[in-house]
Amino acid sequence: MDMNVKKKLGLKEKYALMTRGLGWETTYESMDAVFPQTRYEGIRIHDWDKWEDPFRLTMDAYWKYQAEKERKLYAIVDAYAQNNGHLGVTDARYINALKIFLSAVPSLEYNAHRGFARLGRELPGVGPQIACQMQAIDEIRHAQTQIHSLSNYNRFYNGFHDWKHMNDRLWYLSVPKSFFEDACTCGPFEFIIAIGFSFEYVLTNLVFVPFISGAAYNGDMGAMTFGFSAQSDEARHMTLGLEVIKFMLEQDPANLPIIQAWIDKWVWRGVRLLSIVAMLMDYMLPKRIMSWKEAWEVYFEENGMALFKDLARYGIKVPDCVELIKKEKDHLSHQAWNAFYTAGKITNFHTWLPTEEEMDWLSSKYPDTFDRLYRPRFEHYRELEKQGKRFYNTTLPMLCQVCQIPMMFTEADDPTQISYRQVTHQGDKYHFCSDHCQHIFEREPDKYVEAWLPAHQIWQGNCFAEGADPTAPDFDPLKSVLDYWHLAYGRDNLDFEGSEDQKNFAAWRAQATRN
Amino acid sequence: MHIDLRTVAITPLRNTFDHIARRIGADKAVSRYQEGTLDIQPSANLQYRPTWDPTHQLYDPARTALVMQDWYAFKDPRQFYYGTWTLSRARMQEAAEAGFDFVETRGLADLMPDEVRRRALDVLVPLRHVAYGANLNNVGMCAYGYGAAVTQPCMYHGMDHLGIAQYLTRIGLWLAGPAELEDGRSHWLGDGRWQPLRRQVENSLVVKDWFELFVAQNLVQDGLLYPLVYAHFVDRRLNAEGGSAVSMVCAFMNEWFAESTRWVDATIKTAAAESPANAALIAGWLAHWRGRVREALLPVAELAFDQCGEQLLDTVTEAFDARVAKLGIAVKEAGHV
Repeated sequence: MDMNVKKKLGLKEKYALMTRGLGWETTYESMDAVFPQTRYEGIRIHDWDKWEDPFRLTMDAYWKYQAEKERKLYAIVDAYAQNNGHLGVTDARYINALKIFLSAVPSLEYNAHRGFARLGRELPGVGPQIACQMQAIDEIRHAQTQIHSLSNYNRFYNGFHDWKHMNDRLWYLSVPKSFFEDACTCGPFEFIIAIGFSFEYVLTNLVFVPFISGAAYNGDMGAMTFGFSAQSDEARHMTLGLEVIKFMLEQDPANLPIIQAWIDKWVWRGVRLLSIVAMLMDYMLPKRIMSWKEAWEVYFEENGMALFKDLARYGIKVPDCVELIKKEKDHLSHQAWNAFYTAGKITNFHTWLPTEEEMDWLSSKYPDTFDRLYRPRFEHYRELEKQGKRFYNTTLPMLCQVCQIPMMFTEADDPTQISYRQVTHQGDKYHFCSDHCQHIFEREPDKYVEAWLPAHQIWQGNCFAEGADPTAPDFDPLKSVLDYWHLAYGRDNLDFEGSEDQKNFAAWRAQATRN
Repeated sequence: MHIDLRTVAITPLRNTFDHIARRIGADKAVSRYQEGTLDIQPSANLQYRPTWDPTHQLYDPARTALVMQDWYAFKDPRQFYYGTWTLSRARMQEAAEAGFDFVETRGLADLMPDEVRRRALDVLVPLRHVAYGANLNNVGMCAYGYGAAVTQPCMYHGMDHLGIAQYLTRIGLWLAGPAELEDGRSHWLGDGRWQPLRRQVENSLVVKDWFELFVAQNLVQDGLLYPLVYAHFVDRRLNAEGGSAVSMVCAFMNEWFAESTRWVDATIKTAAAESPANAALIAGWLAHWRGRVREALLPVAELAFDQCGEQLLDTVTEAFDARVAKLGIAVKEAGHV
C-alpha cells in the first residue's frame, strides 16, 4: 500500500504493523478459549510469528484491485446478455456443461467461503487469519459471479432452473457436495490441506483449464470472463495453500505423518471429484481444448509432480493413489460418459452419443483403449437409437460410501471387471469403488457411515415428493423422485436430440442470423 | 432526436431461478443481490458431523437461541453482495486516501498542537486492537451463523473492521511513527484505563451464541463506541482544538458507521419482530452487554474528555437507547440476565 510515513518503513515491516501488530496474547480469557479448535487434530505449532505472509495485501489495496475487476466483469456480463451472446456458442450441446457447472460449483465456492471464514476466525496467528479471511470473501465472490454470469442462460435454457435445490438433493451432485462438506467438517488444519493445498494447489488447474478454456474455445464470453477474473484470486489462494503446508511442516517434525495422511486422502478425493471434469473435456465440449489424458499429464504428472519434488525435502511423498490414477486416465472419461448417457432420465442436463468424427478424435487421443473398449459400446447404443430404443438405465446405481460415485470404475489391470471393495463395520456392509476410498473409510469409519448416499436414501423412501403416498396403487416412484429433485421430465433430462434446448437454440440462432 | 436501437428480441422461458421465484414471484424483476444471496447456503441432507462441533450439523440454526421461521427474512438494506460491497468500499477508500494525501502532503500533523496530537494518539491507537477484535467476532458470526442473508454481511462487516484497524494503524504512523504503535499496544495490554475495554473485547471473543455476539458487538459495543469516539471526540473535540486533520482521516469511520447502522438495525428489527420470544432474548442480551460496555468505555471516555467523560458517555447512551427503542426492543436497566 501507499504510505508516506516520516521514518521510511520497509514493505514487510509496514505490513506486519497492519496485520500481526493488531493481535495480542489474551489474558482475561485464555488463548485456548479464544481459539479452541487448534489442538485436537494433533498438529503442533510452536510459533505463529514464523508465518511468512505470502502476499501483503491490506484492505485498502484489496478493495481497490477487486473493485476494478468487478467493474470490468459485470460490464462484460451485461453486454454478453444484452447481445444474446449465448447464441454465439459453438453448439447448444455446450450449454449442458454449464448446467453441470452451475449445479455443482457455486455451492463448492460457498462452502469454501464459510470454511475459510471459520479458519479466519480460528487460526491463532493474525497473518494466516487474515489470509484466510481474504480467501473467504474471494470465495463468495466466485459463487456470486458464477451465479450472475450463468443467470442469463437460465432464462433461455432448461436444466439450470433450480440448481440450489438440486445441489442439496440430486444424486450425482452428492459427489461435490460430500467432498466439500467432508472438508468443512474437518478441523482447521485438515481443511486447509484439503482445500487450500490439495484442491487449490494440486487440482485447480484441472478444473480451470477445461471449464474456462472450454468456455473461451466455445464462444462463451460470459463464463470465460468470470474464469479469467477469478484467476488472480486463485493465484493468491494457491500461494496460501503452499505456504500453509510448508509452515506446518517446518513447525514440528511430528506434523509430517498427519499431513501426509491428509494429502493422500485429499488428492484421491479430489481426483475422484474430477471424473466429471474428465467427461466434460472429452465428451461435452463441441470444440475441444485437449483430452483429459493430456490435461492430466501436463497439469498433474508434470506440474503436480514438480510440486511434490519441492516438498520432498520436508519428507512428503507422492501419494500412492497416483499409480492407480495413471492407469485410470485412459478409461475415466469414457466410463463416466457411459454412466451419464445411460442415466439420462435422471440428469438435469442432456446427454448424447459422440458423432463419428468425435469418436475418431477420441480414438486418436486414446489409442490403447477407445476403439477396443468404448467405441463398440457407443456403436451398440447408436444401433439401439436407430431402432428407436435409446437406452436408459432404469435402476439406481450402487454408490461408493466415500466418493459417492456409482460403482463404474474398472480394475486397474482388467477393464472387464468392475472395481468393487467391501468392508463390514459394526455389522453393516459398506461398499467402495477402490482401495483408496476403502482406506479413507477405514481411517474414519464413524465419519463416513454418516454419508448421505442418494441411491440408498431413495431406496429407503426418503426422497419422494412432499406429500407423496408410496402405498397408493398408482404410485410412480421414479416420477416422485424426479418431483423431489424438481427435475422437469422431458425438458431437463433425456437425449439432446429432440430436446427443447436444441429446437430453441436453432430457431433463435436462425432469427438472429437470417432475415 | 431519439433513435431506437434495435436488438434481436427473443422471449425468455423464465425470469429467474425457481428458488428465487418461490420467494418473490416468477414475474418480478430480480436483483443481483437476490440471486447472489437467497438460499445459497447448503440447507438439506448435510453430510457428516463437524469434528469441531459434533453436537450440531455443519450448517445449523441451533447455534443461537434466536429462532427464525425463515432465516432469509433478514435483508441488508444496502443490498450488498460482493460486487456492490467492494465498489462501495473502493469509493470510500479513494476518499480516505485523498484525506491522508491532503494531511500528509501539507504537513498538517506538525501544525497540530502537541497536546491535541498526544490526546488523539492516546485514544485512537489502542482502538486498532478493538477493531481487530470486532473483525474476529464478525468473521466468526459468518462462520457459525445460519443463512447467507445474515452471514454474508457479517463477513463484509468483519473486513470493514479490519480496514478500520488498518486506518487507525496508519493514523498512528502518520502522527508519530512505529514506536507509537508499540506504546499504544502496551497501553492496551497494561494501562489500567484500557483494561476494562480489553476485558470486554476478550469476553466477547468467547461468546458462543453468534446472535448474542451480534448484539454485543455490532449493536451495543459499536453503537456506543463509534459515536463516542468518532462523532464526539474526533469530530467535535479535536476539531474544536485544532485537530481537524484527524477528523479528515477518520471520515471513513463516520461514513461507515452511519451506513452499517442501517444494516445492524434492520437485522435486529427483523429478529425482534419475528416473535415475542426473540424480542425478549434480544432485550436480555442488550441489557447484559449495554451495562458492561458502558463500564468498559467509561475510562476511555475520561481519557478523551477528562472529567466530562461520564457526561458524554451518558449523552451517547441516551441516543443509543432512543435508537434501540425504535427497533422493537424494550431497554431494561443495566444488569445481568
